[in-house]
Amino acid sequence: MKKKRWYDYLWLWAILYFTLGFFNILFAWLGMIDFLLPLALAIFGGNKFFCNHLCGRGQLFNKLGGDLKCSRNKPTPRWLASRWFRLAFLVFFLTMFGNMVFQTYLVGSGASSLREFVTLFWTFQVPWGWTYAAGTVPDWVAQYSFGFYSIMLTSLLLGLIVMALFKPRTWCAFCPMGTMTQEICKLKNKKQ
Amino acid sequence: MASKRVAAVDRSRCASCGACENVCPRSAIKVKGGCYAVVDEEQCVGCGKCANICPAGSIEIKERAKA
Ligand code: SF4
Ligand code: SF4
Ligand code: SF4
Repeated sequence: MKKKRWYDYLWLWAILYFTLGFFNILFAWLGMIDFLLPLALAIFGGNKFFCNHLCGRGQLFNKLGGDLKCSRNKPTPRWLASRWFRLAFLVFFLTMFGNMVFQTYLVGSGASSLREFVTLFWTFQVPWGWTYAAGTVPDWVAQYSFGFYSIMLTSLLLGLIVMALFKPRTWCAFCPMGTMTQEICKLKNKKQ
Repeated sequence: MASKRVAAVDRSRCASCGACENVCPRSAIKVKGGCYAVVDEEQCVGCGKCANICPAGSIEIKERAKA
Protein backbone atom coordinates (compact mmCIF):
# COMPACT_ATOMS: atom_id res chain seq x y z
CA MET A 1 0.00 0.00 0.00
CA LYS A 2 1.14 3.48 -0.79
CA LYS A 3 1.43 5.84 2.13
CA LYS A 4 -1.55 8.18 2.39
CA ARG A 5 -0.86 11.87 2.10
CA TRP A 6 -2.97 14.65 3.56
CA TYR A 7 -4.27 15.48 0.11
CA ASP A 8 -5.63 12.00 -0.40
CA TYR A 9 -8.53 13.08 1.75
CA LEU A 10 -9.63 16.04 -0.34
CA TRP A 11 -12.69 14.09 -1.51
CA LEU A 12 -14.09 15.16 1.85
CA TRP A 13 -13.76 18.74 0.70
CA ALA A 14 -15.91 18.00 -2.33
CA ILE A 15 -18.70 16.69 -0.10
CA LEU A 16 -18.29 19.54 2.38
CA TYR A 17 -18.57 22.12 -0.39
CA PHE A 18 -21.94 20.95 -1.63
CA THR A 19 -23.22 20.52 1.91
CA LEU A 20 -22.27 24.06 2.88
CA GLY A 21 -24.00 25.46 -0.18
CA PHE A 22 -27.13 23.63 0.84
CA PHE A 23 -27.27 25.67 4.03
CA ASN A 24 -25.74 28.96 2.99
CA ILE A 25 -25.27 29.77 -0.66
CA LEU A 26 -22.52 32.29 0.02
CA PHE A 27 -20.14 29.37 0.64
CA ALA A 28 -20.34 28.82 -3.13
CA TRP A 29 -17.55 31.39 -3.42
CA LEU A 30 -15.15 28.88 -1.87
CA GLY A 31 -15.45 26.96 -5.13
CA MET A 32 -13.31 29.65 -6.73
CA ILE A 33 -10.36 27.80 -5.18
CA ASP A 34 -11.15 24.85 -7.46
CA PHE A 35 -11.05 27.25 -10.39
CA LEU A 36 -8.06 29.40 -9.61
CA LEU A 37 -5.69 26.87 -8.02
CA PRO A 38 -5.57 24.48 -11.02
CA LEU A 39 -5.10 27.43 -13.37
CA ALA A 40 -2.32 28.88 -11.23
CA LEU A 41 -0.54 25.53 -11.05
CA ALA A 42 -0.82 25.12 -14.82
CA ILE A 43 0.21 28.68 -15.70
CA PHE A 44 3.07 29.03 -13.22
CA GLY A 45 4.02 25.42 -12.57
CA GLY A 46 3.29 23.93 -15.99
CA ASN A 47 1.68 20.89 -14.42
CA LYS A 48 -1.64 19.27 -13.62
CA PHE A 49 -0.78 18.60 -10.00
CA PHE A 50 -4.30 19.71 -9.17
CA CYS A 51 -6.00 17.06 -11.32
CA ASN A 52 -3.38 14.47 -10.47
CA HIS A 53 -3.45 14.88 -6.70
CA LEU A 54 -5.60 17.68 -5.30
CA CYS A 55 -9.00 17.55 -6.97
CA GLY A 56 -11.61 16.44 -4.48
CA ARG A 57 -14.12 15.80 -7.20
CA GLY A 58 -11.88 13.39 -9.08
CA GLN A 59 -11.14 11.58 -5.80
CA LEU A 60 -14.83 11.40 -4.97
CA PHE A 61 -15.63 9.81 -8.34
CA ASN A 62 -12.80 7.36 -7.73
CA LYS A 63 -14.16 6.47 -4.30
CA LEU A 64 -17.79 6.11 -5.37
CA GLY A 65 -17.13 4.49 -8.72
CA GLY A 66 -14.08 2.46 -7.75
CA ASP A 67 -14.12 1.53 -4.06
CA LEU A 68 -17.91 1.54 -3.69
CA LYS A 69 -18.47 0.06 -7.14
CA CYS A 70 -21.12 2.57 -8.22
CA SER A 71 -19.72 2.45 -11.74
CA ARG A 72 -20.33 -0.10 -14.48
CA ASN A 73 -16.62 0.33 -15.23
CA LYS A 74 -17.22 0.12 -18.98
CA PRO A 75 -14.94 1.92 -21.43
CA THR A 76 -15.77 5.58 -22.01
CA PRO A 77 -17.23 5.99 -25.53
CA ARG A 78 -14.41 7.14 -27.73
CA TRP A 79 -16.13 10.31 -28.94
CA LEU A 80 -16.67 11.44 -25.34
CA ALA A 81 -12.92 11.50 -24.73
CA SER A 82 -12.00 12.75 -28.20
CA ARG A 83 -10.18 16.02 -28.64
CA TRP A 84 -12.92 17.78 -30.59
CA PHE A 85 -15.55 16.91 -28.03
CA ARG A 86 -13.33 18.02 -25.16
CA LEU A 87 -12.62 21.36 -26.82
CA ALA A 88 -16.26 21.87 -27.83
CA PHE A 89 -17.39 21.14 -24.28
CA LEU A 90 -14.81 23.58 -22.95
CA VAL A 91 -16.12 26.33 -25.25
CA PHE A 92 -19.70 25.57 -24.28
CA PHE A 93 -18.77 25.61 -20.61
CA LEU A 94 -16.88 28.89 -20.85
CA THR A 95 -19.79 30.45 -22.73
CA MET A 96 -22.19 29.45 -19.98
CA PHE A 97 -19.71 30.70 -17.40
CA GLY A 98 -19.52 34.03 -19.23
CA ASN A 99 -23.30 34.21 -19.29
CA MET A 100 -23.37 33.62 -15.54
CA VAL A 101 -20.90 36.46 -14.99
CA PHE A 102 -23.04 38.67 -17.24
CA GLN A 103 -26.16 37.87 -15.19
CA THR A 104 -24.19 38.84 -12.10
CA TYR A 105 -23.27 42.12 -13.77
CA LEU A 106 -26.91 42.80 -14.65
CA VAL A 107 -27.92 42.32 -11.04
CA GLY A 108 -25.02 44.48 -9.88
CA SER A 109 -25.99 47.30 -12.19
CA GLY A 110 -29.62 47.09 -11.13
CA ALA A 111 -30.83 46.02 -14.58
CA SER A 112 -32.26 42.81 -13.17
CA SER A 113 -33.06 41.59 -9.72
CA LEU A 114 -31.65 38.76 -7.63
CA ARG A 115 -33.11 35.34 -8.37
CA GLU A 116 -32.74 32.81 -5.59
CA PHE A 117 -32.58 29.73 -7.79
CA VAL A 118 -30.08 27.03 -8.55
CA THR A 119 -30.23 26.25 -12.25
CA LEU A 120 -29.50 22.64 -13.13
CA PHE A 121 -28.25 21.58 -16.57
CA TRP A 122 -28.57 25.23 -17.63
CA THR A 123 -32.34 24.70 -17.82
CA PHE A 124 -34.16 23.63 -14.67
CA GLN A 125 -34.66 26.22 -11.98
CA VAL A 126 -34.71 24.79 -8.49
CA PRO A 127 -35.85 27.13 -5.68
CA TRP A 128 -32.91 27.54 -3.30
CA GLY A 129 -34.05 30.59 -1.34
CA TRP A 130 -33.67 29.12 2.15
CA THR A 131 -29.91 29.36 1.82
CA TYR A 132 -29.89 33.14 1.74
CA ALA A 133 -31.33 35.93 3.86
CA ALA A 134 -31.97 38.91 1.59
CA GLY A 135 -29.72 41.89 2.15
CA THR A 136 -26.87 40.04 3.90
CA VAL A 137 -24.46 41.01 1.12
CA PRO A 138 -24.78 43.11 -2.05
CA ASP A 139 -27.20 41.44 -4.47
CA TRP A 140 -24.55 40.69 -7.09
CA VAL A 141 -22.46 38.77 -4.55
CA ALA A 142 -25.46 36.58 -3.81
CA GLN A 143 -26.35 36.24 -7.50
CA TYR A 144 -22.85 35.04 -8.30
CA SER A 145 -23.14 32.49 -5.48
CA PHE A 146 -26.31 31.02 -6.94
CA GLY A 147 -24.83 31.03 -10.42
CA PHE A 148 -21.53 29.49 -9.42
CA TYR A 149 -23.16 26.83 -7.26
CA SER A 150 -25.42 25.98 -10.21
CA ILE A 151 -22.38 25.32 -12.39
CA MET A 152 -20.66 23.26 -9.71
CA LEU A 153 -23.74 21.16 -8.97
CA THR A 154 -24.60 20.64 -12.64
CA SER A 155 -21.10 19.44 -13.44
CA LEU A 156 -21.09 17.20 -10.36
CA LEU A 157 -24.34 15.58 -11.51
CA LEU A 158 -23.03 15.14 -15.06
CA GLY A 159 -19.90 13.59 -13.56
CA LEU A 160 -21.94 11.20 -11.43
CA ILE A 161 -24.00 10.12 -14.44
CA VAL A 162 -20.99 9.31 -16.60
CA MET A 163 -19.33 7.69 -13.59
CA ALA A 164 -22.27 5.31 -13.20
CA LEU A 165 -22.38 4.56 -16.93
CA PHE A 166 -18.68 4.26 -17.71
CA LYS A 167 -15.42 4.53 -15.76
CA PRO A 168 -15.28 6.09 -12.26
CA ARG A 169 -13.42 9.16 -13.54
CA THR A 170 -14.95 9.43 -17.01
CA TRP A 171 -15.87 13.02 -16.20
CA CYS A 172 -12.14 13.80 -16.06
CA ALA A 173 -11.81 12.79 -19.71
CA PHE A 174 -13.76 15.90 -20.74
CA CYS A 175 -13.85 18.09 -17.63
CA PRO A 176 -13.40 21.72 -18.78
CA MET A 177 -10.90 22.46 -16.02
CA GLY A 178 -8.90 19.39 -16.98
CA THR A 179 -8.95 20.32 -20.67
CA MET A 180 -8.06 23.93 -20.01
CA THR A 181 -5.12 23.13 -17.74
CA GLN A 182 -3.86 20.46 -20.14
CA GLU A 183 -3.93 22.90 -23.07
CA ILE A 184 -2.03 25.47 -20.99
CA CYS A 185 0.57 22.85 -20.09
CA LYS A 186 0.94 21.83 -23.74
CA LEU A 187 1.52 25.45 -24.75
CA LYS A 188 4.06 25.92 -22.00
CA ASN A 189 5.96 22.77 -22.86
CA LYS A 190 6.05 23.63 -26.52
CA LYS A 191 7.72 26.95 -25.77
CA GLN A 192 10.47 25.41 -23.68
CA MET B 1 13.50 -10.39 -15.87
CA ALA B 2 11.20 -8.05 -17.75
CA SER B 3 7.51 -8.87 -17.92
CA LYS B 4 5.99 -10.11 -21.15
CA ARG B 5 3.57 -7.26 -21.35
CA VAL B 6 3.86 -3.53 -20.91
CA ALA B 7 1.55 -0.47 -20.87
CA ALA B 8 1.54 1.93 -23.82
CA VAL B 9 -0.12 5.38 -23.78
CA ASP B 10 -1.81 6.99 -26.77
CA ARG B 11 -0.65 10.54 -26.12
CA SER B 12 -3.17 12.10 -28.48
CA ARG B 13 -6.02 10.76 -26.34
CA CYS B 14 -4.54 11.13 -22.87
CA ALA B 15 -6.31 13.71 -20.69
CA SER B 16 -3.42 13.86 -18.21
CA CYS B 17 -5.87 13.25 -15.37
CA GLY B 18 -3.50 11.12 -13.32
CA ALA B 19 -5.88 8.25 -12.59
CA CYS B 20 -3.29 5.78 -13.90
CA GLU B 21 -0.50 7.31 -11.82
CA ASN B 22 -2.56 6.95 -8.66
CA VAL B 23 -3.43 3.31 -9.25
CA CYS B 24 -0.11 1.90 -10.49
CA PRO B 25 1.38 -0.46 -7.86
CA ARG B 26 4.91 0.14 -9.15
CA SER B 27 4.83 3.91 -9.75
CA ALA B 28 5.68 3.06 -13.33
CA ILE B 29 3.35 5.54 -15.00
CA LYS B 30 3.41 9.29 -14.41
CA VAL B 31 1.85 12.38 -15.94
CA LYS B 32 4.61 14.43 -17.51
CA GLY B 33 4.39 18.22 -17.42
CA GLY B 34 0.59 18.09 -17.39
CA CYS B 35 0.54 16.93 -21.02
CA TYR B 36 0.29 13.12 -21.07
CA ALA B 37 1.20 10.01 -19.12
CA VAL B 38 4.57 8.35 -19.67
CA VAL B 39 5.38 4.72 -18.86
CA ASP B 40 8.67 3.69 -17.31
CA GLU B 41 9.03 0.43 -19.21
CA GLU B 42 11.71 -0.87 -16.84
CA GLN B 43 9.32 -0.67 -13.90
CA CYS B 44 6.06 -1.61 -15.61
CA VAL B 45 4.94 -5.20 -15.11
CA GLY B 46 2.01 -5.03 -17.50
CA CYS B 47 -0.60 -5.66 -14.80
CA GLY B 48 -3.21 -3.57 -16.62
CA LYS B 49 -4.50 -1.63 -13.61
CA CYS B 50 -3.83 1.67 -15.34
CA ALA B 51 -5.60 0.61 -18.54
CA ASN B 52 -8.59 -0.48 -16.48
CA ILE B 53 -8.97 2.85 -14.67
CA CYS B 54 -8.13 5.20 -17.57
CA PRO B 55 -11.23 7.29 -18.34
CA ALA B 56 -10.03 8.21 -21.81
CA GLY B 57 -9.22 4.69 -22.97
CA SER B 58 -5.75 5.83 -23.88
CA ILE B 59 -3.74 2.94 -22.42
CA GLU B 60 -3.17 -0.36 -24.13
CA ILE B 61 -1.33 -3.35 -22.66
CA LYS B 62 0.96 -4.63 -25.37
CA GLU B 63 3.42 -7.42 -25.86
CA ARG B 64 6.86 -6.14 -25.02
CA ALA B 65 8.94 -5.61 -28.14
CA LYS B 66 11.73 -8.21 -28.35
CA ALA B 67 15.09 -6.63 -27.70
S1 SF4 C 1 -10.32 16.69 -14.75
FE1 SF4 C 1 -11.72 18.02 -13.57
S2 SF4 C 1 -12.73 16.69 -12.09
FE2 SF4 C 1 -10.99 15.56 -12.94
S3 SF4 C 1 -9.34 15.90 -11.51
FE3 SF4 C 1 -9.15 17.51 -13.06
S4 SF4 C 1 -10.35 19.26 -12.31
FE4 SF4 C 1 -10.90 17.46 -11.10
S1 SF4 D 1 -5.54 7.64 -16.76
FE1 SF4 D 1 -5.50 7.73 -19.01
S2 SF4 D 1 -6.13 9.83 -19.51
FE2 SF4 D 1 -5.56 9.80 -17.35
S3 SF4 D 1 -3.40 10.41 -17.33
FE3 SF4 D 1 -3.45 8.17 -17.37
S4 SF4 D 1 -3.33 7.65 -19.55
FE4 SF4 D 1 -3.89 9.79 -19.44
S1 SF4 E 1 0.49 -1.95 -16.43
FE1 SF4 E 1 0.54 -2.02 -14.18
S2 SF4 E 1 2.73 -1.70 -13.70
FE2 SF4 E 1 2.45 -1.07 -15.82
S3 SF4 E 1 2.09 1.13 -15.70
FE3 SF4 E 1 0.07 0.12 -15.72
S4 SF4 E 1 -0.47 -0.11 -13.56
FE4 SF4 E 1 1.74 0.31 -13.65
